Amino acid sequence: MATKGLTDLPPAGRPYLVDPPVIAPGHTFASVTEKVMRTVLTPHTPIGWIFGILVTFGIVQILMVAAGYLFYQGVGIWGITIPSAWGFAIVNFVWWIGIGHAGTLISAILLLLKQSWRTSINRAAEAMTLFAVMCAGMFPILHTGRPWLAAYWLFPLPLTMGVWPQFRSPLIWDVFAVSTYFTVSLLFWFTGLIPDIATLRDNAKHRVTRIIYGVLCMGWRGSARHWSRYETAYLLLAGLSTPLVLSVHTVVSWDFAIAVLPGWHTTIFPPYFVAGAIYSGFAMVLTLLIPIRAAYGMKDFITTRHLQNMAKVMLATGLIVAYGYFFEAFMSWYSGDVFEMFQFKNRATGPLGAFYWMLITCNIVLPQSLWFRKVRSSPVLLWVVSIIVNVGMWLERFVIVVISLHRDFLPSSWGTYKATRWDYATFLGTLGFFTFAFLMFIRVLPMISIFELRALLPQSRLQPLLEENLQ
Amino acid sequence: MENHPELVQIKSSPTPHKTKLTLQQMRERLSAATGKTYWRSLEELIDEPGFEELLENEFPEGVAELNRAEDGLSRRNFLKLAGASMALAGLSACTRQPAEAIVPYIRQPEDLIPGIPKFFATTMPFPTGGIPLLVKSNEFRPTKVEGNPQHPASNGATDVFAQASVLDLYDPDRSTSSSYRGEQRNWGDFAEAIDLYKTKAAGSGGAGLRFLSETVISPTLASQIQTVLKKFPGAKWYQWDPVNRDAARAASQTLFGQYAEPIYKFEAANVVLSLDADFLNTSAFPGFIPYSRAFTSRRKLAEDVPMSRLYAVESFHTTAGALSDNRLPLRASDILTFAAALASALGVAGVSAPAQEWTQDQQKFLTGLAKDLKANAGTSIVLPGEQQPPELHVLAAQINQALGNIGKTIVYADPVELVPTDQLGGLKQLLADMNAGKVDLLVILEGNPAYNTPVDLGFELAMPKVKEIVHLCNYRNETTRMSQWHIHSAHYLEMWSDARAYDGTCSIVQPLIAPLYGGHSTHEVVALFTDTPELTPYDAVRAYWTQNGKAAGDFETNWRKWLHDGIIPNTASPVKSLTPRGGTPQIKTLDKNAMEVVFRPDPTIYDGRYNNNAWLQECPKPLIRLEWDNAAMMSIDTAAKHGWNQEDILRITVDGRTTEAPVLVVYGMPDNSITLHLGYGRSFSGRVGNGFGFNAYEIRGMNAPLIATAEKVENSGGTYKLAVVQNFNLIDPHGDPSLMNRSVQGAEAVRRDIIRVGSYDEYKKNPDFAHGDKFEEAPEENYSLYPGYDYTRGYQWGMAVDMNSCVGCNSCVIACQAENNSPVVGKEQVKIGRDMKWLRIDAYYTGDLLNPRAFMQPMMCQHCEDAPCEPVCPVGATVHSPEGLNVMVYNRCVGTRYCSNNCPYKVRRFNFMLFADYTTPSLKPLRNPDVTVRSRGVMEKCTYCLQRINAARIQAEVEETRLQQADPKAERKIRDGEVVTACQQACPTDAIVFGNINDPSSRVTKIKAQPRNYGVLTQVNTRPRTSYIANVVNPNMEIGDRTDMPGKTYIGAES
Amino acid sequence: MMREGIYGLMAEYDTVPDLVQAAEKAHEVGYRRMDTYSPFPIEPAAEAIGFHKNRVALVVLIGGLLGGTGGYSLAYWISVLAYPINTGGKPWHSWPAFIPPTFECTVLGASLAAFIGMLAMNGLPMPYHPVFNAPNFALASKDKFFLCIEAADPQFDLTKTRQFLEQTNPRVVTEVPN
Repeated sequence: MATKGLTDLPPAGRPYLVDPPVIAPGHTFASVTEKVMRTVLTPHTPIGWIFGILVTFGIVQILMVAAGYLFYQGVGIWGITIPSAWGFAIVNFVWWIGIGHAGTLISAILLLLKQSWRTSINRAAEAMTLFAVMCAGMFPILHTGRPWLAAYWLFPLPLTMGVWPQFRSPLIWDVFAVSTYFTVSLLFWFTGLIPDIATLRDNAKHRVTRIIYGVLCMGWRGSARHWSRYETAYLLLAGLSTPLVLSVHTVVSWDFAIAVLPGWHTTIFPPYFVAGAIYSGFAMVLTLLIPIRAAYGMKDFITTRHLQNMAKVMLATGLIVAYGYFFEAFMSWYSGDVFEMFQFKNRATGPLGAFYWMLITCNIVLPQSLWFRKVRSSPVLLWVVSIIVNVGMWLERFVIVVISLHRDFLPSSWGTYKATRWDYATFLGTLGFFTFAFLMFIRVLPMISIFELRALLPQSRLQPLLEENLQ
Repeated sequence: MENHPELVQIKSSPTPHKTKLTLQQMRERLSAATGKTYWRSLEELIDEPGFEELLENEFPEGVAELNRAEDGLSRRNFLKLAGASMALAGLSACTRQPAEAIVPYIRQPEDLIPGIPKFFATTMPFPTGGIPLLVKSNEFRPTKVEGNPQHPASNGATDVFAQASVLDLYDPDRSTSSSYRGEQRNWGDFAEAIDLYKTKAAGSGGAGLRFLSETVISPTLASQIQTVLKKFPGAKWYQWDPVNRDAARAASQTLFGQYAEPIYKFEAANVVLSLDADFLNTSAFPGFIPYSRAFTSRRKLAEDVPMSRLYAVESFHTTAGALSDNRLPLRASDILTFAAALASALGVAGVSAPAQEWTQDQQKFLTGLAKDLKANAGTSIVLPGEQQPPELHVLAAQINQALGNIGKTIVYADPVELVPTDQLGGLKQLLADMNAGKVDLLVILEGNPAYNTPVDLGFELAMPKVKEIVHLCNYRNETTRMSQWHIHSAHYLEMWSDARAYDGTCSIVQPLIAPLYGGHSTHEVVALFTDTPELTPYDAVRAYWTQNGKAAGDFETNWRKWLHDGIIPNTASPVKSLTPRGGTPQIKTLDKNAMEVVFRPDPTIYDGRYNNNAWLQECPKPLIRLEWDNAAMMSIDTAAKHGWNQEDILRITVDGRTTEAPVLVVYGMPDNSITLHLGYGRSFSGRVGNGFGFNAYEIRGMNAPLIATAEKVENSGGTYKLAVVQNFNLIDPHGDPSLMNRSVQGAEAVRRDIIRVGSYDEYKKNPDFAHGDKFEEAPEENYSLYPGYDYTRGYQWGMAVDMNSCVGCNSCVIACQAENNSPVVGKEQVKIGRDMKWLRIDAYYTGDLLNPRAFMQPMMCQHCEDAPCEPVCPVGATVHSPEGLNVMVYNRCVGTRYCSNNCPYKVRRFNFMLFADYTTPSLKPLRNPDVTVRSRGVMEKCTYCLQRINAARIQAEVEETRLQQADPKAERKIRDGEVVTACQQACPTDAIVFGNINDPSSRVTKIKAQPRNYGVLTQVNTRPRTSYIANVVNPNMEIGDRTDMPGKTYIGAES
Repeated sequence: MMREGIYGLMAEYDTVPDLVQAAEKAHEVGYRRMDTYSPFPIEPAAEAIGFHKNRVALVVLIGGLLGGTGGYSLAYWISVLAYPINTGGKPWHSWPAFIPPTFECTVLGASLAAFIGMLAMNGLPMPYHPVFNAPNFALASKDKFFLCIEAADPQFDLTKTRQFLEQTNPRVVTEVPN
């Protein structure tokens, strides 16, 4: 009876019919629910998960030590210096923020575009966003000389000393952008979770688990009225997140574009930072989901269709980024400005030029392989490419931050930059924290939005309403 | 701590024959003790030599630790120190009331207003002549040294040594106690011992008594020594300074048969030829301060003062070479030959051109120079270098004679030292006696002969052959180790004395503070050997001047006046009319391919006496910008020919003795010539100086103390990291062949209009040569979308720096550091670019690096009206004052360093770690109380000496209110010249001028009104308040010009 | 008129169409106090029980406006009134610089309004609700669909309403105790 709807496939000509389906045939409401729920409500934790948690937890300890010593000694333990007063910390900050863009983007923009394939990946992507933003958020505090003050002086608090933020500084815009972005992403993610937590509440065996999930879903009961308001709110949140996600990396790019420094002072930064963010974001989603879908047998829901679409998005954004690089170079020549010209020549042929060419290779040359369907449809190759792009995007930020700084206006103060073991430890630490948090997430919360999966099933449709439902 | 090499090395014990006290032993000692006995054992401990070190090592932020630890402080190091501080916290915290009655500060002395500093005139003794000073005293602590404007040898300026000397006073490594064979002794014990000796020696007339002092420029001391020598006819007195003037003195003997000092009148010279003379750098060249001012007075292009022309023929790139209009790099050994050729060209009697074939350029230089000198006979100076042999000094004098300069641009007077001697000759006699065991008491008055005497004299080996050696010194050093008696001496700011300046003008040395550690001065030690052993230096000095003071009238009034003014009138040495004898000097030429080694006093630590002065150690040497070390400096080609790279350690052998030194390429040096700076490579200096650089004295023999020939120079295979604060690099990222062998930094500085230069002829045609379409200028005022601020009212501070007058002597750099409590960060931090100095002197090289044109540009915060640093600060920690100052609010700063990134001049400095020394007690009185000591994580930079501006403002307002009591409308504004920044005050050449640019009559406004006035990087629309006066060079175009600024200047084009 | 101890009658369905048709019928016969429960949003169901529009959008608009004005006034007050100072020659009221924070505040305000508003209007969090007493209701979050006619409905009559629901092809109809 429940399988009755299976045969009535949507009318031909639906775009996704030419591609593999977003959800493997033969599933029922119960089966999808069970399948996704099992990863959370199973009594036996997979051994691989335990191993992963232990390893990443160890790495988080490295982060703790690095941060501890930093607070004790000061940022002098890092490689930063004059002129390169920003180094790894800012590079990592921008990199993590960039990664943090995929989640909201997938959930929000693809939702607005009615891209039904987003459904199986948005939950994981949003979680990834949150953790990435957390990692990013650490650095602006850590990198300051007096973090114990920076931690709250950057916010507009009515302190007796009247230490107000200075609103002309892009760093303050950052504070607003990043904190807003984190809050909104959190709301969006949690809103999406409520009905699924309700499902967990109703299916959990253990009383404690029931209570915990019960509290979290706040007594959700799936009434038609609830659903109606819920959908509106969710849609509006998506609508709000869309400009937000674009604004965040724009603001981050202003940290550089507002400055007078050659190599930073560029109008093209906002668009190509955003493109770069999406680029790296999708890369990171792939890096995470390809192994997970294999490990948890989620191939039914995260199908090659998803991988292919993400690959296509990467290809597109990658090309935008390439365009950005080209125009940076072109404008520095076209401007005829002595500083700009030197800056670019130094970037490409200076002492740190190697990084620039590594960046070009990782971000532009190799990803061109995504033109080939073979690569796009092979999880392994795709995973390799995604890793390469992640590296490339990190290098991009390194090139922008460090290479621009180390030789600027006044030749006498040219210097160089050499990261110390503490720089590496801190970066590694955040990678560990990121993975740790993500593993925790897939253990205690459904990594795929169950109710949206249900809604994707054919039997969720009422014949006369077929049309509107599927637009 | 014993298993801790770093620390042991850091604090190598001043008394190594004592075993170092370790924490372990200390705990054991203390664990036994309780109550009163605890205190006693504590006192015993405090007497232990190791104890202070232990205390000092307690502090993690010590400069020395910073030096060694790889990121500021290695974990190991940190843990150890943490342990140490815990163990010691209890001890160092305990204090007791002194046994003696102490008097509370109830009635305030009328001459002290707390918070208002007072200035006292005194003089810093220096081998080449005393440096007259005004010393700032905050609540009776000397904190800052300024020049004495009333004294001709200063004119209110100082050199780098004087500026840094105040740090020596508070140096925690100073010797704080006297000792005999390593055991504590007090002055009384010593006096007793000397008394005993006197009775013993009376019979022999003191045949075994020898004095070894530094060059004596104190009339009182000289007369005291004479009395001693009268009392002990058998006794002998020698003077020794490793950087001495034997060559000049020998020359004057050959020339005049007597000792005479040439006094130069640069203001009267149209043409100056420097033959390897480093006369625009430090007081190592006698009379540097007044000479540099006189010289630059002809370079400021004031109305109707024609520009002089400086030729430099030199073996090293000195600051004089940088300022020279025509420069010829020549091996030191060839300069004599060159001088001879010049002499013969000028027709000096008895001198024939030596058989030396010159290259085309050299020949051109020679003929052009000769012609120019002839044309300016009587208004020229030929200046022999102090590092050159007597023959050159003789030749120079003969040339000057031939040109008729003597009497016009050069006069002769008595030498600065009271008793000129052949110091090396004297030392040889002393050594003979020592080795013969004839010496039973050797009194070493200051100095460090065991370290800095010619190595082949074997002073150190001869010391044990002396029955007893007394060493009076500020530090426990190499010599102390070998002496039985160590008497810790007083710093010049702690003692009474007197001193002659380079021209003989005398001034009193008056103490600003009682000896911190009860040290004693040379006068007292010498007095012990007279019949009046209790004679205090104060009385000695007064006694001398009651007899010799030429001033008429009552002595007491004179005395007060002398002390007040810091100068004793009409004491300048009378001019002697002398005519140099003729005579043919014998010229020894050195084989073209032989490698010569030239020994020079270090531009920052001199002969090693300032080795433990952190300010000087961390002061970049002019042009080469090297800190903390010395190196084997050579030309590009020399390094290339042998395949040596920067920082390769070379093994240099001279007369079978070897030392090791890292390679440092210096642009514009002659080939086959290595220059070594003296004074480094010490292991018994102090926590600052130990273990840096290498010891050039190791290969400095008595036969060639100035210029030696290297038997062998080979690459040892090792490398040694040097801290060069400005990384000059040859790689041209433009891949432009025309820029090969050009400095990229120089080329870019020109391309970016940071350096602007024209020739004198060009300037005369078009004084505005530094502007126009060749250059990028600031966009016009209303360029911005935003309305600007109104800076037309009230005081508007601004500064002008005359690039043509800057001699790069670093006085301003150290003055700034002293005035603004700038921390020292240590070599490791400097190496990675964390130098904390607010003011630096950038060096740029244009033209062929084999003989480039070097420019020196003082660079500090430019106080931009549209400062890029300000809007990017998230917490408003750097903002703009209504008077146009770019101010740092340290307390608001959270240290994002965004401001530094956005500063085009990179003049902002960041406390990456706790660089300021909060813990060393002896350094605390040194701080300028009007300037915050910056803590960790805070950005800082030049403030235009805000504290001085406010001091002047307060003064003006106080007087205004006083005036207004009489007349309510009375006004009293800050007058021009009332605010003098530290750098401006220290500058010997008056290259820096500061003032109110809103006042049309102020000096700075007038100077900025010159057409040559330009701003650096104004095209970024920063609108800096500091501006620069473009260079003008005056090359002899027959020889040609070495400046190379394609598209920017026409030098050379018009000839 | 409310019956003691009864919240309403709950009918359970297997498929979406059954639920929607049942709801529509119920609405036709004039039941108003009723609701449907489903494991995923079914717009027709809401339509069927006569729930046509909600006021979430309005709340969000207000939230956004408050956030935006708040953001700009904050920047203005701080930079012009509380701590006016010359930074880099820029005027106190350099409005272009205030726009980014203003925008962020707008989004923040709107988003918070959306989330809190939605919960509030849904009466969440709600620790207890009678419908959970219905047997099998756990499946409402899995794969079953429910229609509940509440006792508070004026037309509600235990037997009549039960008969009515029996006709709508449910799996089972049960009483929901209060």
